[in-house]
Amino acid sequence: MEAADSKTVIRVRNLVKKFGSFVANDNLNFDVEKGEIFGFLGANGAGKTTAIKILCGLQKPTSGEIRVAGYDIYDQADQVKKNIGYMSQRFSLYEDLTVGENFQFYGGIYGLKAPVIRQRTTQLLDELGLTHIKNKILKEIPLGWKQKLAFSVALIHNPRIVFLDEPTGGVDPLTRRQFWEMIYSAAQKGITVFVTTHYMDEAEYCSRVSIMVDGRIEALDSPSGLKKHYRAESMNEVFVKLARSGKNSR
Amino acid sequence: MQTAEIRIEHLFKSYQNIVALNDINLEIRQGELFGFIGPDGAGKTTLFRILSSLMIPDKGKASMMGLDVVANYKEIRKKIGYMPGRFSLYQDLTVEENLRFFAGVHGASIEDNYHLIKDIYSQIEPFKDRPSGKLSGGMKQKLALSCALIHRPKVLLLDEPTTGVDAVSRQEFWAMLKKLREAGLTILVSTPYMDEASLCDRVALIQKGTIMDVATPDSMIAQFGFPLISVRSSKMNLLLDDLKSLAETKMAYRFGDAVHGIMELDNKKMLIEALLNKGHEKIECETITPTIEDCFLLLMQTKDE
Repeated sequence: MEAADSKTVIRVRNLVKKFGSFVANDNLNFDVEKGEIFGFLGANGAGKTTAIKILCGLQKPTSGEIRVAGYDIYDQADQVKKNIGYMSQRFSLYEDLTVGENFQFYGGIYGLKAPVIRQRTTQLLDELGLTHIKNKILKEIPLGWKQKLAFSVALIHNPRIVFLDEPTGGVDPLTRRQFWEMIYSAAQKGITVFVTTHYMDEAEYCSRVSIMVDGRIEALDSPSGLKKHYRAESMNEVFVKLARSGKNSR
Repeated sequence: MQTAEIRIEHLFKSYQNIVALNDINLEIRQGELFGFIGPDGAGKTTLFRILSSLMIPDKGKASMMGLDVVANYKEIRKKIGYMPGRFSLYQDLTVEENLRFFAGVHGASIEDNYHLIKDIYSQIEPFKDRPSGKLSGGMKQKLALSCALIHRPKVLLLDEPTTGVDAVSRQEFWAMLKKLREAGLTILVSTPYMDEASLCDRVALIQKGTIMDVATPDSMIAQFGFPLISVRSSKMNLLLDDLKSLAETKMAYRFGDAVHGIMELDNKKMLIEALLNKGHEKIECETITPTIEDCFLLLMQTKDE
């Protein structure tokens, strides 16, 4: 069943998640629209990872109403998982499989048929200009390429939303920019991108940015709107102003 | 003229067919806060492992405080503090047990050297009975630094202490390093965050096992050698490609909410005209001082040519 307003692909109302007496997510409310690049920022320990796990259907909230890709995360978690892609810096691809085998493996997990996997693999590698490394073992290729491949693999099943958890950690400044070009082109095709990062210049590349402090969303607006409101020159300044007020964090 | 505390000569290291370090030469003075700036896979960790005597180079020499890192490894280990990139403390020991363990291994006592770590350790002391695996990222970092300092080292090697750490905790960590440096320690720190370069006395920009440049952050910026402009317009999505297409543009890339162009000549009037012709409006264009990230990007391109 689709959400009433199909432009809204993530809808979060009064999301609360407690671990014992600790409140990790304290009444979160926000919407994310189709094709947006939504930056999800916060200090370490502010509650980002918990919220992402809930949005991906991996963890149940204590209370609240959450729909992702039109599906309810309580009753339709499997549908949620089929309609989202996920990539993180830590867990990405299998190092001892070839590039092609990684696509095959993830395509299989999402239940795609062999001809579809072949067609998608060809198409995605072609877009990256990396067709020539299809048969290379992953551990033999440079980190920058791996990150781009991991992003492509996360798109193999044509998800409506892709979650990127610190996707550019540790990559060189040139590759980091090429990675953002990929994010833009995905967004232009209508894929919603939900991204976390510790690079504050990357926050400037997002359509909208939310900043979490101690389990709450303290600010949510476009980067230019946030800079204006907090009278700051850069997103780094905005972030530091807000995050300094946190207690749980760090 | 201060003497070289650390001397690295023609250092090479490969793993099978991957070259991790390719002829590294460097001298670091006593009391310097020296930064190695580069992405993952640049060779930073390999270099730190060789300097901390945990790995033997294929070729070349490295010495610290006059001691060779291969021949005199036992003496070296007593005089250095090493904080590896991955959290390497015992997760099931408490905060205090970890500190006691590392002091014990080096034959030092917490009581004798407490003054060295007081500023840092006092922030996590309220949690001294908590297993270290259950600490937050920022607290783990403070404990790891305390453990690396407890035997009163002369040289501190910190391998990516701020990776994956948020912008505020990073600022706090650098404030701690400044204090340690004032106390006379020589500090080597590696980081993938280019904006941290300006906090070091000198930096080496490292990529693919090679040092591309070594200098103070200020002189690196002063020697950039090309006019750098920051541009915004009404059509930001087209601006990058349009700027790249101009003959006088050496290199262009996104930078925060603007596009940076490294230009062959500083002629903003001509540039604005060219962009107007391509249909851009509300063009904002200014010549700016480069950051270390701009320097790194330019060097990467120069190396590729």
